[in-house]
Amino acid sequence: MLRNKKTGLFTGTMIGLSMAISSITYAQDGPIRISYIEPLSGPFANVGDAGLKHFRFAAEKMNEEGGILGRDIEIVAMDNKQSPSESVQLVQRSIDEGIKFVTQGNGSNVAGAMVEAVDRNNRRNEDNKVLYLNYAAVDPALTNERCSFYHFRFDAASDIKLEALSNYMKDQDNIEKIFMINQDYSHGQFISKRMKELVEEKGMDVEIVGDVLHPIAQVRDFSPYVSRIKNSGADTVISGNWGNDLSLLVRAIDSAGLDVNIYTYYGGGLGTPASVGPRGEDILYQITEWHADVNVDEGHTEYEKWFQEFKERYPEIDWYYHRIYNQMHMLKAAIEEVGNAEDIDAIAYALEGMEFESQTGTVTMRADDHQILQPMYMSVMDTDAKYDADNSGVGFRTVANIPVEQATVDTTCDMRRP
Amino acid sequence: MLETIAYSILNGVLYGTLLFMMSSGLTLIFGMMGVLNFAHASFYMLGAYFAYTIGLGTGFWVALFLAPILVGAVGAAVERYGLRRVHQYGHVPELLFTFGLAYVVEELVALFWGTVPVPYKEPESLNFTAFNLFGLNYSMFKVFVLLVAVAMFVGLWLLLKKTRAGLVIQGALSRPDMVGALGHNVPRVFMLVFAFGCALAALGGVVGGIHFVTDPGMAFMMGPIVFVVVVLGGLGSVPGALVASLIIGILQTFFLSIDFSLADSIGTLGIEDSGFFGVLWHMEATRIAPVIPFLLLVLTLIFRPRGLFGKREA
Amino acid sequence: MATNTAAGGSNLLKLWPWVVVPVVAVLLPFIFQSGHAVNLLSHMGVAIIFALSYNMLLGNTGLLSFGHAVYYGLGAYVAMHLLRTINDAGGEGLPIELLPLVGAAAGLGFGIIFGSFSVRRAGVVFAMITLGVGALVHSSSLMFSDFFGGEAGLFGYRDEAPSLFGIDYGPGRNVYFLVVAWTMIAAVLIYLLKKTPLGWMANAVRDNPERAQFVGYNPTIVRFIQFALSAAFAGLAGGLFVITDEIVNDESVGQIQSGIVLLGTYIGGIGYFIGPVVGASLVTILESSLSSYTEAWVLYFGLLFIAIVMFAPMGLVGIVHTQYLNWKAGAWKGNTGIRIYILLAGLLGMFGLVCVIELSYHYFRSWDPSAPFVLMGFTVDATSFLPWFVSFGIAIVGFGLMLFHGNPMLKRKLGDKSDGGKA
Repeated sequence: MLRNKKTGLFTGTMIGLSMAISSITYAQDGPIRISYIEPLSGPFANVGDAGLKHFRFAAEKMNEEGGILGRDIEIVAMDNKQSPSESVQLVQRSIDEGIKFVTQGNGSNVAGAMVEAVDRNNRRNEDNKVLYLNYAAVDPALTNERCSFYHFRFDAASDIKLEALSNYMKDQDNIEKIFMINQDYSHGQFISKRMKELVEEKGMDVEIVGDVLHPIAQVRDFSPYVSRIKNSGADTVISGNWGNDLSLLVRAIDSAGLDVNIYTYYGGGLGTPASVGPRGEDILYQITEWHADVNVDEGHTEYEKWFQEFKERYPEIDWYYHRIYNQMHMLKAAIEEVGNAEDIDAIAYALEGMEFESQTGTVTMRADDHQILQPMYMSVMDTDAKYDADNSGVGFRTVANIPVEQATVDTTCDMRRP
Repeated sequence: MLETIAYSILNGVLYGTLLFMMSSGLTLIFGMMGVLNFAHASFYMLGAYFAYTIGLGTGFWVALFLAPILVGAVGAAVERYGLRRVHQYGHVPELLFTFGLAYVVEELVALFWGTVPVPYKEPESLNFTAFNLFGLNYSMFKVFVLLVAVAMFVGLWLLLKKTRAGLVIQGALSRPDMVGALGHNVPRVFMLVFAFGCALAALGGVVGGIHFVTDPGMAFMMGPIVFVVVVLGGLGSVPGALVASLIIGILQTFFLSIDFSLADSIGTLGIEDSGFFGVLWHMEATRIAPVIPFLLLVLTLIFRPRGLFGKREA
Repeated sequence: MATNTAAGGSNLLKLWPWVVVPVVAVLLPFIFQSGHAVNLLSHMGVAIIFALSYNMLLGNTGLLSFGHAVYYGLGAYVAMHLLRTINDAGGEGLPIELLPLVGAAAGLGFGIIFGSFSVRRAGVVFAMITLGVGALVHSSSLMFSDFFGGEAGLFGYRDEAPSLFGIDYGPGRNVYFLVVAWTMIAAVLIYLLKKTPLGWMANAVRDNPERAQFVGYNPTIVRFIQFALSAAFAGLAGGLFVITDEIVNDESVGQIQSGIVLLGTYIGGIGYFIGPVVGASLVTILESSLSSYTEAWVLYFGLLFIAIVMFAPMGLVGIVHTQYLNWKAGAWKGNTGIRIYILLAGLLGMFGLVCVIELSYHYFRSWDPSAPFVLMGFTVDATSFLPWFVSFGIAIVGFGLMLFHGNPMLKRKLGDKSDGGKA
């Protein structure tokens, strides 16, 4: 038995490595490559796939107009299986392949691991730095106690969304009793804690009558929770839930005939409108940086065309991540300002404090913590919206514009710059 | 408080009956063949998906009968061409076979039906409010689930106690070698029981897929809990599975429904919300609810390995 | 996939793998220089220790555990807390090389605690208890965020800790050499443990607990000691993982991790010392590489596992070893051609099957199934008939030849004395 040891180990290793290692070094005039590190297999594959389509589409549109510095943009898809440690491996692989930019957004735990990996690499490996563009991970820590010079967030952080949400809610007379139901991990725990503080700080005339954390992605029947909401007498539910956890909650509330409004982060997220359908009409609110009918309301015809082209290309989903538009164009501006796509420190400095004229107004990449500041929209599900989400028959209608000043939170970040 | 208790009993019984539909087949298979079928929940999932697909063409009522039959056939094939082959190597490889099968079924389901939940809904004829309890509506479909579960229990009981086939199964449950010695084709009995157990799980899936969600993750979600039911109830005991299902269903729902933590009810006693016992002291009941089945599993196996109603140890 | 035993010599040369393997292992990073490759190699080392520790339970003692990652993960967490303390103290304290020992101590401690009530019975009861304990520990990892750091996990810095030999552990390659050293130490220890009376008693308890009891050994005690020691080695692997990855989160105690070590060990072969080594290496590679080539990697993984359970319960190493013994015993004489024919037919069948699976994934999963799709070097249209026909054809012909032409031919040759021809 023993004598198999060497051959077995060795052959195994050789086979594996010849498969694993196929690093190609691109010349500086090749495409500018961005690693897209998201789940492309497993239960969250649909989310990863939708994001990839957004990035590929944006890259293609920008390439048609000459790319960046005349170079094409290429999105390199990598499957992290929604695992933090796998993502760290993929950051390493990107660096090996000479890719200078990584982007990711699903899961703050993954984002946290990637910030560490990127920071560590840039400290130990000065000649081969990499920049991390975060388009959806909302954990406030990433731009506060754990902020990094090489991390830029293009989505509103959770505390900013909550700030905007509470600024809207405090002016609403029909909100008196709030019930909070969130997923039992840092994202949900943060909302539950921070919302209570906001009610105090802003002197809101509301009472929090319930605060429940439930295990993430494990609850299949929300009836027990709905009975608690009923018992508490709440008229408003706040939830940071996403995906199935949100659709099931809304469906359970609807089928029990409970009369409450539901304020969410991700009411328009992939799959939710389709699963909730018309029962969310006029009760399901979301706070986002953009939604499809903003184009109609504000007359952004160019952007509406962009939206329609995306729909033609990918009939199953809709253009949802406006921040990917911002992210790609701001990256382009930064690289063109620096004049090359290799000097990561310079590009990071160029992105810091950058102001960009987006369709929704001026957005600013705050230099202190690399958090984007942008106007937000409060919208509610509506069957009469011009554009329905993901062919569900329901879209969103703006109920309030929230200006940048009302969607800003101070940071505690103590940025270490090179 | 009365409302809380009423809600949790109602929701708990509903959840419990769904658990029973899934676990009754497993307990039969386990008790007779000694096979802990890891893939049992996968057949539950197949039941939901088959019913969804068949229902698109024929409507729900045909699917309700057709889907379990089809899944039963799949189960028979799995037993005949997979398990029977592995049987010669012992129980551990059998367990591993079903473990691998669970992975493969999940992947295949995700391949054919996609990773997002399919829109598998209750039929229109059951989609109305049956009654209203303290201001919450309960739909006719939930009542229907209860009825199916009761019908299933009664049917199983009659089958096992009153028919010849039931006698053979009962015999094989306790003394497989003896049944073989009496001239019954034990492999064939095994195959039929396995298929029957899978069909029962599929029936659970047909209604459970509507009540919960029909997505490729549904099997891995329910799998371990179904084990707990079977172990707690006692291997091979159908009444045990029923009692255990209801206990787990009601207990878990009750924990979800109350606003309780040791610190809230007894007082913090100066215990900080940190450290192992501190966190436990401040932990809300809602957050503990999901682990209750596993706690029960470990405790049962330590203190009473034959479960509540079992005659043999696991 | 691990092939070739022809290089074997006589029993006199039994010691040479213990010399050759480390030498080859040390040379590898000079051949594969990219950071990712070196990382992958380090992970293989960690996975090998973990799988060897798992096989102390499954292979040697006959205990099937669904929760072995508990000890790996808890070892990693404890080691990580110590590393963070060292970081906070400005790099003063325990040398980084000894950190895995902390993991091992933690693994041993938790092994003793959980083992005390898990091992009274073997078989299904034990499997279920480990499943329950695994689920409990994994759930608590999200509840007790002081210790576990929530779902974001904990971070530490391996280069901000003292080194015994003054080595800078910033570069991945230096870490890899440390991994090789610990892997060799762990492998030697586990191998020697197998040769002690305890190891033999573990085998006896696995095969027949009653008889072991008659001989005067309490099976529960034997299982308990094996369990605790195995947990210690799992903790060692966890401690080493802290050094290679500098991050620990709840997935390291999770059921998926427990499942992977089970799959890897079994695929390699639980009856052989090197089985887990081969299996763990293969699984590590497949997990990290296959997924970038195909969406269907989980399916291939599952099918491979089922095939092993059904047709080769002794694992990949078992296949090679059986064939090697047959060959040595002269059973290949006069039928080598047929055996190769069966192997080739089987490979052809698998190739066809892979084509079918890849086509299906493209057809069902992609947003536009009619988009051109590169399959094995050919650009095909998955909505047309031809590629399906060809793929199914290859699969059917391949497996058909193997099962209904090759195998009967070999059986006729051999009479009915052996069924060693399954490739």
